[in-house]
Amino acid sequence: MAEELRRHTICALVDNEPGVLARVIGLFSGRGYNIESLTVAQVDARRGLSRINIVTTGTELVIEQIKSLLAKLVPVHRVQDLTVEGPAVERELALVKVTGDRQRLVDALRIADFMDVRLVDRTPQSFVFEVTGTSDDLDAFINLVEPVEVSRAGVVAIGRGDTVLGPRS
Amino acid sequence: MSAVTHPAPLADVQPLTGSQVVVAALKDQGVEVIFGYPGGAVLPLYDALFQQTDIRHILVRHEQAAVHAAEGYARSTGRVGVVLVTSGPGATNTVTGLTDALMDSVPIVCLTGQVPTHMIGNDAFQEADTVGITRPCTKHNYLVKDPADLARVLHEAFHVARSGRPGPVVVDLPKNILMGKAPYLAKAAFAPRSYNPAREPDPRRVEEAVELIARAERPIFYVGGGVINAGTEACVRLTELVRATGHPITLTLMGLGAYPASDPQFIGMLGMHGTYEANMAMYDCDVMVCIGARFDDRVTGRLDGFSPRSRKIHVDIDPSSINKNIKVDVPIVGDAERTLTAMLAAWQRQSNRIDRARTAGWWRQIDEWRKKDSLRFRQNGNGIKPQYAIQRLHALTRERDVYVTTDVGQHQMWAAQHFPFDKPLRWLTSGGLGTMGYGFPAALGVQIAHPEATVLCISGDASWVMNMQEMSTAMQYRLPVKTFILNNSYMGMVRQWQDFFHGNRHAESYMDSLPDFVKLAEAFGAVGLRATKPDEVDGVIEAALATRKPVIADIVVDRAENVYPMIPGGAAHNEIKLSPEEDDGPVKGEEGGMVLV
Ligand SMILES: Cc1ncc(C[n+]2csc(CCOP(=O)(O)OP(=O)(O)O)c2C)c(N)n1
Repeated sequence: MAEELRRHTICALVDNEPGVLARVIGLFSGRGYNIESLTVAQVDARRGLSRINIVTTGTELVIEQIKSLLAKLVPVHRVQDLTVEGPAVERELALVKVTGDRQRLVDALRIADFMDVRLVDRTPQSFVFEVTGTSDDLDAFINLVEPVEVSRAGVVAIGRGDTVLGPRS
Repeated sequence: MSAVTHPAPLADVQPLTGSQVVVAALKDQGVEVIFGYPGGAVLPLYDALFQQTDIRHILVRHEQAAVHAAEGYARSTGRVGVVLVTSGPGATNTVTGLTDALMDSVPIVCLTGQVPTHMIGNDAFQEADTVGITRPCTKHNYLVKDPADLARVLHEAFHVARSGRPGPVVVDLPKNILMGKAPYLAKAAFAPRSYNPAREPDPRRVEEAVELIARAERPIFYVGGGVINAGTEACVRLTELVRATGHPITLTLMGLGAYPASDPQFIGMLGMHGTYEANMAMYDCDVMVCIGARFDDRVTGRLDGFSPRSRKIHVDIDPSSINKNIKVDVPIVGDAERTLTAMLAAWQRQSNRIDRARTAGWWRQIDEWRKKDSLRFRQNGNGIKPQYAIQRLHALTRERDVYVTTDVGQHQMWAAQHFPFDKPLRWLTSGGLGTMGYGFPAALGVQIAHPEATVLCISGDASWVMNMQEMSTAMQYRLPVKTFILNNSYMGMVRQWQDFFHGNRHAESYMDSLPDFVKLAEAFGAVGLRATKPDEVDGVIEAALATRKPVIADIVVDRAENVYPMIPGGAAHNEIKLSPEEDDGPVKGEEGGMVLV
């Protein structure tokens, strides 16, 4: 059904120029669309291209709108909807801070060991963990250790197999 | 494209200034006229313009008017309109015009001055974040920070403005970029980097569409301004296709002129103030062929009551216009001319299988609806009916090469209903944004592009004063635009809505202290005329047409007249209201519809 809300991961290859992120964000905010996560970084220094990964939720019609509006932006070269064109690998990274007495820290460390999470900073009163995985993995860890502070990078994603989101030649 | 010879080699020998590069790029793009207003940040560019004669500059009296004039120029020629303004207030004054051009898909390149790059962000004198402010109201915008980019950006701006769904593009030019040296890149050497909208339709979709059209029993063509934007050839193809099928066609406000209004297959404009037959046919059709229109709320009425039983075909150059408001069955992304050409060819291949009798019942039904004569008005009292004035204006200008612009309000709707067009590019009105103050400056732009044509601006007493300073521009350049103010001493359309939906309480819609428009015209050195009785109307029109000067004709009309038919906000097409004499009850807003504008 068209009315059903669905979460999509959309990637765009864009010119790495000032203002391009404002255009993308403006497209969402100007039309009341929702952004769950957004990441952007240069991926091709020679051609000056950045990749934007956006996670958004909407009806089929809204998602189609978002994709065609994105594709219409002048600095946007390619748009890919990994949720539709998948399968894809999706990863997120978070830094998670836990503070408290010794017992709390030990408990957190035990959970971290069990879930393959790295400890990247420690003081007698605090731990900072680096956790990577799917967004669900991150949620699970965060729920278990009850952190005092979390910093998440947002989803990065890439299609599985040999399909490539590259610039049009 | 054929090779053009450029004066460019000069650039290789001795570098140009940024301003000279701008002028060279404009010439290379074939620009003949710019509408603008100077100021500190763009003085170097004005200096470069001063020292050449190929490009004419038209000095407007307000930057909003520069954009509307450029829109008038663009929409009456199919070319890109060019605007030049200074930084800060010059740039912010263009925002309404840019938004208007964005909504109505008008190709505009607007050059704005900017403070020098090293001062950007310092709150310098007359600094505004122009790219930030205009980002949502342009198709694209640029801030040129490197002289090496200047020529490429200008060519790309023209490319973006005119390709795909056309629209306004802003190029923000810091003063040091205009004054420093910059290399030139000829248009012929420019290739767009990323923006290249597809123009060819998918042939399978075209077949599918034609198959549907051929099998339809109650078909309708619903056509908008996109076909006019695709060029006069597209309008010719449209006319051929519609005639070949024998099916009825309705046009949007923006599409008027894309198909000859005098043709019997034309069943009038559709939408909020469209004809009864057009709206009923939209409701009852089984196949809808939408070409270059965008299912906007003034056309669809209540979405869940919109044409509930039809299969819908939608042709548009802009993929984001498809499936935006209405889900369609056959989406076709493509240029209207190419798509219509392909559809026509497909139709001809099938034509031996096509049975015209299939739609005979449908035409009988349409003729029944037509008998309602929904645009009829009654001459009661001694006053001038605004519809009558417009009909006379049409009758007395039919032999002329005529262009019509309007402002926004009741007069706009009456002009759309009572001034028929057989050709495209002749009708210019602010559809999407509904900008009061559009009509007069747009008319000046039309007159610049067509010096010998008769250019009429049909306006209202409230709208016209919103850009009346432009009468100075008209005088300076001897632009004999004929303004007909349908003067009802009200913001008539506001008054109409207050009568219908707000208990007749006329909050702030009475136009107190209006100027004497005849004296106002004379103060500018133009001609002022007035008609207060129906038998004076022809004389005033003839006198206006006889002079080579700009004219304001103050047509004092019946204040109480309302625009009918009307689909109230939030109602469906089949809930259309005819005039009170014809209809069962007063127009009332539906609960959900009251919140709509
Ligand atoms: C710039 C702007 N401000 C406000 C409006 C809202 N509005 C729509 S129609 C209208 C009244 C127009 O009055 P007038 O120009 O006298 O035309 P009439 O309806 O009387 O023919 C107004 C205020 C608008 N469309 N544009």
